[in-house]
Amino acid sequence: MAAEAISRALRDGALEGEHAPALTIKDSIHAPLGAFVFDHILAQLSSNISSSKSQAQGIVLVAFARSPQFCAELLKSKANDAASLKKWLRIVDCYTDPLGWKIQLAESGIVSNRSTQNATTASLCKNVRDLDMLFSSIVELGKEVIRETKGRFAVAIDSVSEILRHASISSAASLLSNLRSHDQVACLFWLFHSDLHEMKASSALEYISSMVACVEPISNTANGKGMNSENLPLIEQNLGRGEFSVRFKRRNGRIRLMSEELHTEQMGINFVPAFEDHVTSQSLVPKVQFNLQLSEKERNDRAKVVLPFEHQGDGKPIQIYDGRRSVSESKTENKETNAEKMHVNEDSGRGEIIYIRDSDDEMPDSDEDPDDDLDI
Amino acid sequence: MMSSNSANNLLDEALGFNDDGGGGGGGLLLLIEDRVETSGAFILHHLIKRRISSPNRPNDVVVFLSFAHPFSHYDRILRKMGCNLGVQKENKRFVYYDMLNLNYPEGEQGAEDLLLSVYGKIQKTVELCSSREGYKNSTIMIDDISLMEVALCGSSNLVLDFLHYCYSLATQFDCLVIILNHEDVYSTVDVPSPLLQMEYLANIVIKAEPLATGLATDVHGQLTVLNKGICQGSGCSKSKIRNFHFRVKENCVEYFYPGSRT
Repeated sequence: MAAEAISRALRDGALEGEHAPALTIKDSIHAPLGAFVFDHILAQLSSNISSSKSQAQGIVLVAFARSPQFCAELLKSKANDAASLKKWLRIVDCYTDPLGWKIQLAESGIVSNRSTQNATTASLCKNVRDLDMLFSSIVELGKEVIRETKGRFAVAIDSVSEILRHASISSAASLLSNLRSHDQVACLFWLFHSDLHEMKASSALEYISSMVACVEPISNTANGKGMNSENLPLIEQNLGRGEFSVRFKRRNGRIRLMSEELHTEQMGINFVPAFEDHVTSQSLVPKVQFNLQLSEKERNDRAKVVLPFEHQGDGKPIQIYDGRRSVSESKTENKETNAEKMHVNEDSGRGEIIYIRDSDDEMPDSDEDPDDDLDI
Repeated sequence: MMSSNSANNLLDEALGFNDDGGGGGGGLLLLIEDRVETSGAFILHHLIKRRISSPNRPNDVVVFLSFAHPFSHYDRILRKMGCNLGVQKENKRFVYYDMLNLNYPEGEQGAEDLLLSVYGKIQKTVELCSSREGYKNSTIMIDDISLMEVALCGSSNLVLDFLHYCYSLATQFDCLVIILNHEDVYSTVDVPSPLLQMEYLANIVIKAEPLATGLATDVHGQLTVLNKGICQGSGCSKSKIRNFHFRVKENCVEYFYPGSRT
């Protein structure tokens, strides 16, 4: 659900007069699965692009952490149409020579100038400290991939952590926000490792994104304290799966949270709906003066409430209300309800739900468009 | 009984190394983390021997950057293990760079230039070696990262840049990069920790720790090997964790599972 909603938002791209949707993917060393999520979303978006379902007509991938050859191979293996890769993919190679050392060595004749640029889709970035240059090369490649038409392109950055190692938070944030507000960018997403940076860096990145996908460990490993033989199974478990929670920020400022469980598999990752987790839902509730949470007693009472039809089948004849009721039934019903009421009074721990709908005109109590998530 | 002299021991198994001393594919970074109570240097010695003395790979080379000890130190230890480093050095299969006696310039730019020249030498060696017939993969070893950081006036960023270049060289020429670092020297530093960066970068992390119950005569410590698995275009192998005890003997190391010794 959550991963699909992300893919849809990135596919639909920017609305007229709005900034492009941006996604932050963050993980930590205890559940280092961010790269898998990044690859999954990249593959989804690229399949949407190659079948021209998305607003973006091409992707500019900024590769810091993995070689461009690796990324191209990855997309080739996942794309249904590998031949069209060159049409819609451009890679800014910040991996091979981020500080220009190899160029310097080749120029001074120490090593042979054996260029690694065998992939025609990659363009080499020789100084990652210069973010202005990086910005202009991203935009330039983007314009190339959409062939000077009026279309838009998507931008994917595979490690903002690497950018932050070379540049300040403010310049990295300004790069991202410039990209986001560029009128030819359809959407952008990036990955970063939250435990490598201060809190303020991750907040800054989350502010300029409209979606935040966070991979967290499912089981807490003894306050992250080392690898003991006792918690090895837990650590191993966290390497294979994690909790995937996503925060969507709507245009009107409303926040929607979704959560899923993420499993790694031979061919990428798989999302399964997560079970209700009390601990996480509690920590998300803001501190207010009135009660938003139930106490233990209230929760027990709520569990005792017999839902309509739930009591049926335990010995009594099963009754299914079909909108009419026979005379004989209504007679016995009257007796029974009286007896039932007596019973309810005796057992105060048992609750019941009485709901009477006023009329058919009554609208659902929300201003939300019910077809908001409709996938057409 | 398994010892490091046998073809494959628990450590090699956990690392995914095969019988002829090779790694599981190229472009790997192996990080050894040890503590002051439990030195992880013996893993480094074991790996030097494994990579160098395999008869199936006569053209593979080990590039060794030493910040910690002089050549004679390694020579003495490896000789006891049955491997003559001096001869290998003459054969150019063991390329030793003494980083202790370099003149480290002041300032960031000077340090970067120095690292650049060191990297240039490594790349030249690896390129030369890869052009030979029968080349499988080379190894780049650094002993150890924390002293490298000290030599570079504490600039962990430069160390990480250097590692990135070594790693990108490794992906290009199918090399194995092996680095040793100390876990406890970072224990008081707040995030962002350079050690964490290296853990993200590494494909295999080996932790050498003392036993939780303290020192014992028969067991010198435990190793935890975290093998993240390799991702290639078509799919990923699953990550695995292994934990076992070790005992360092005069000329070999024994590895065994907890409780398997009487």
